[in-house]
Amino acid sequence: MRPSPSTPSLARLPGLIIGFAMSVSVSFAIAADTLPDIQRLMKQGQMPQALEKVDAYISTKPKDAQGRFLKGLILTEMGRPADAIPVFTRLTEDYPELPEPYNNLAVLYAQQKQYDKARTALEMAIRTHPSYSIAHENLGDVYAKLASQAYDKALQLDSSNSVTQSKLSLIRELISTSAKPGVKPSATSSRPAPEPAKIAVAEPLKPTVTPQPAAVVTPVVPPVSAPVKPIEKAAEQAKAEKPLEKPTEAKATDGDGQAEVSKSLNGWAGAWSRKDVKGYLSYYASDFQTPNGMPRKAWEAERAQRIDKPGKLQVGVEEVRIALAGDKATVKFRQHYNSASLKSTASKTVVFVRSGGKWLIQQERVG
Amino acid sequence: MRRASLAIALLAAFTAGPVAPAAVDRPATFSDSGPEPQLSRIFSEIEKNQLDVALEKTESLLRQYPNFRLGHLIKGDLLLARSQKLSTLGNAANAPQERLADLRDEAIARLNAYRDKPAKTNYVPRYLLQMQPDQKHAIVVDTQKSRLYLYQNDDGRPRFVADYYITHGKLGADKMREGDKKTPVGVYHVTSSLPLNKLGDFYGSGAFPINYPNEWDKRQGRNGHGIWLHGTPSDTFSRPPKASDGCVVLANTDLDALAKNLQVGLTPVIISNSIEWLSFDDWKTERASLNKKIDDWRTDWESKDVNRFLKHYSKKFQTKDQGIDQFAQQKRQVNAGKEWIKVKLSNQSMFRNPGKEEVVVVTFDQDYRSNNLNNQMKKRQYWVREDGTWKIIYEGSV
Repeated sequence: MRPSPSTPSLARLPGLIIGFAMSVSVSFAIAADTLPDIQRLMKQGQMPQALEKVDAYISTKPKDAQGRFLKGLILTEMGRPADAIPVFTRLTEDYPELPEPYNNLAVLYAQQKQYDKARTALEMAIRTHPSYSIAHENLGDVYAKLASQAYDKALQLDSSNSVTQSKLSLIRELISTSAKPGVKPSATSSRPAPEPAKIAVAEPLKPTVTPQPAAVVTPVVPPVSAPVKPIEKAAEQAKAEKPLEKPTEAKATDGDGQAEVSKSLNGWAGAWSRKDVKGYLSYYASDFQTPNGMPRKAWEAERAQRIDKPGKLQVGVEEVRIALAGDKATVKFRQHYNSASLKSTASKTVVFVRSGGKWLIQQERVG
Repeated sequence: MRRASLAIALLAAFTAGPVAPAAVDRPATFSDSGPEPQLSRIFSEIEKNQLDVALEKTESLLRQYPNFRLGHLIKGDLLLARSQKLSTLGNAANAPQERLADLRDEAIARLNAYRDKPAKTNYVPRYLLQMQPDQKHAIVVDTQKSRLYLYQNDDGRPRFVADYYITHGKLGADKMREGDKKTPVGVYHVTSSLPLNKLGDFYGSGAFPINYPNEWDKRQGRNGHGIWLHGTPSDTFSRPPKASDGCVVLANTDLDALAKNLQVGLTPVIISNSIEWLSFDDWKTERASLNKKIDDWRTDWESKDVNRFLKHYSKKFQTKDQGIDQFAQQKRQVNAGKEWIKVKLSNQSMFRNPGKEEVVVVTFDQDYRSNNLNNQMKKRQYWVREDGTWKIIYEGSV
């Protein structure tokens, strides 16, 4: 799933911050202006200015976890890992129960090929939040890198060039604070009612279409205007303790339609993950446009054959945006596909139509 | 979940079945050296599906032996097992198959040797029939098992001290020719200790040449030279089971431990394809019958009856410059002038030559006295079993 080796992971940052600004704004009285400002600057790629602001912000609130977390992100963005590492390290010391700083620390260590340290940090993140799927996923990558290093030592190889640079996911937001009031940094403690928490948006990977093996078809669609759960990883992880909700700038209209489409999308991804071929196919409308206009029967047979392969399978959807228009919903999202033989992420667009009270897939395409 | 498959995959490598955990519990009569006990525990954790424990133990093993490649391979597998299914020992993608195979062979060699450690048995290598009193130790190598066994001379009885993993020739044992990349099979001894400053890193912490080709080898037309026991380059803890040009290679720590027990010019080094073990009783019987034979030879010599004396010699007897006929003729001539002969043997050793032919190498100090000549010498004889009885096929001074 990870993007091409040539893309430094940070390059993907700009896309990330969607949905970020909203969530924070509510809670801060004085700082309210500042943090979103900083995030805006970050989004615009104006890192030096963002850094200046965040430093000013922190000078008034030296303990503030959100501000320090942002600073760590900014330094990371600026390609200053040596400066970013201490920021995240101190956050882990001051707030050992927050998984995000550990995760990001691990990302930085991994970039420097210090996989043992990355592993330790991720294991800490998981110790505090056992179902933190991003950390799990990152840890899987770190284990693979460690394995590869061990093999290099065992076999006297130098695979450092041949192996893809690892792409761990940086976490862009500090969520866990809101879940644990006791832990909150002072600034956030004044936060009103538990707003739809922010999401630990995993990274919006570049919409590259990674060579996807068998399963190229991917229809999915959740509506995102209402706080939807961007499913992280497939079914298995669906009940992750962090229901990431994404308060996108969605117009909360049509909430019900959105929710239904989203449900359908999740159900579809879930059936796929479970290798429930019948269930999976039931999400396709009778007038579904098969690839290249192939006969429906042949297409179904092909899907069945591809889905029902041995080994684990996980299909997750993320960053779901639903555009609802009457009985039609166009859903764009990122699909994480993770099988024994392939890990990929792709942007997908799926068109759902309402049919007999159900939302079914009429079109499905990559991109 | 995927653990069971890993355990099976790794253990499938062992034809002899799972490594006996019993080996760990056995009361230690010696201090275990080397990584085998830990390796064995790691594999038994894998067998129990305790992969986390196995990984911890592997990491601790690697702290002790940072350059232990096999350890790194297992570590890689245990890490990879967390994210994917494993099919075998050594799952590195795109790795050179040869190197993987080498490490698998090493794992098998080490684990099997650990399980079959001889200390628990009442058996001794057949080759160590008799050590001379001043030989404190003897070395026996089993090339098939990639193992070197150190024995102590306990009042004539070989007593097991320690064993070590070794590397031998790329193309196996039974050296015949210069450059054949094989390790010789036979009875040798350490001839010198090469000074470290004359060795490259390749030979590790030391080198001890042995006397290949010996008299018997030469007689068999074997040639080549420079067969040593030596250490390992600094970038690795050990080398694959078959990797040398004929030398016997040990880990540096093992060579250092062994070196303390080596007596240059004295310590026997017996290299076999596969050690034959005798029960202590059988060993005693074999030793006694040979001793008897040698004593018969000595008393027949003292008897001045040349024919009785000569019947101890094979028709194929050959010294450096004489065949059996010249030898017999010379003995007859010499004996004509003898009124009396006294022969005393001391400091005697007897080592059976490994291999199909039944050959025993006998070495002793010979004190010869007669009415017209006295002579003291160190003599070596090769006794061969011919038509059901032991005969001398070669003799000469050492």
